[in-house]
Amino acid sequence: MTERKTTVTVPDLIAWLRRTGELMAEHAAELSDLDSAIGDGDHGTNMKRGFAAVAGVLDEDFETVDALLKRVGSTLVSSVGGASGPLYGTFYLRMGTSQKGATELDAASLLGAMSTGVEGIEARGKAGIGEKTMLDAWMPALEAFGRAGGSLADALRAGAEAAAAGRDATEPMVATKGRASYLGERSAGHIDPGAASTALIWQAAVETLAGGSDTGSDDGAAS
Amino acid sequence: MTGIVVVSHSRPLATAAVDLASQMLRSGGPRIEVAAGLSDTELGTDAAAIQTAIEAAMDDQGVVVLMDLGSAIMSAEMAVEMLDEDDAARVRLSWAPLVEGLIGAAVTAAGGADREEVATQAELAAEAKRMQVTGG
Repeated sequence: MTERKTTVTVPDLIAWLRRTGELMAEHAAELSDLDSAIGDGDHGTNMKRGFAAVAGVLDEDFETVDALLKRVGSTLVSSVGGASGPLYGTFYLRMGTSQKGATELDAASLLGAMSTGVEGIEARGKAGIGEKTMLDAWMPALEAFGRAGGSLADALRAGAEAAAAGRDATEPMVATKGRASYLGERSAGHIDPGAASTALIWQAAVETLAGGSDTGSDDGAAS
Repeated sequence: MTGIVVVSHSRPLATAAVDLASQMLRSGGPRIEVAAGLSDTELGTDAAAIQTAIEAAMDDQGVVVLMDLGSAIMSAEMAVEMLDEDDAARVRLSWAPLVEGLIGAAVTAAGGADREEVATQAELAAEAKRMQVTGG
């Protein structure tokens, strides 16, 4: 059995961010299509461009979690272009600032860092749950992560599943924030593109940070 | 003289709005900076570019920022948080419509008004237009 990962190091975070960028590029057309239905149609292009710019800075030397995440946040702010720039930019900036000097994060501090980041998204977007935004993926994901217990990998998987479910749950919602709110009732029936990109961030987390897991050993094997 | 920053998704839109406002100004108008688009052709807003524009336009009387919609507002708010405290305290984000507001702001700033008055006159431009169109 492979050794379980209990902490996330700076190289782990870099791998997570790199994989996030790959997923944004792979899903760019899909994200822009979602955005075309209820917004200005550029979410995929914007996220792809933003995370490509992030990939360009990941080779720099980062000794601490906060140095890395602050660089990522400010890069997104200047390269995404749409509302996701200040929103995701604020997420990584605040996530970094909350972990000053840290060189690795255990599950509790990773949750704390992401929660601080998401509070930043709420403040920046002046939005809350149920308004058809990325928060509808972030909030259930953090809650599931915190509730999961068990290994870091289990918590990440629970978070990613909740993020995906949260993304899907935005479909019937009526938008009251962002460009989609101009459409009013017509915004219902479409998944929110920001919630979709948030689910990709969680997917990338599982793919890069949940390695060395115990899948099949103590869950599901007996069923 | 109160400085003005124009934030838009589109650089051509912002520079054209500045051209329009400049027609109303004789020599020696306020400093008007543009932070718009990710490039000459790519649409988008950039909080760091807005921060730089505010710093360039900064005056003892402060700066009024006019924005178009959506992320322009969010990026401008973020830019203010990125400023040092003294500068941040001298910035007023205005909810005025971009084109009408800019003209009102430029003319008012040229008259030596402080940032509050400049922002207020920018915001009144929407009402002035309403009265002009509806006849009262």
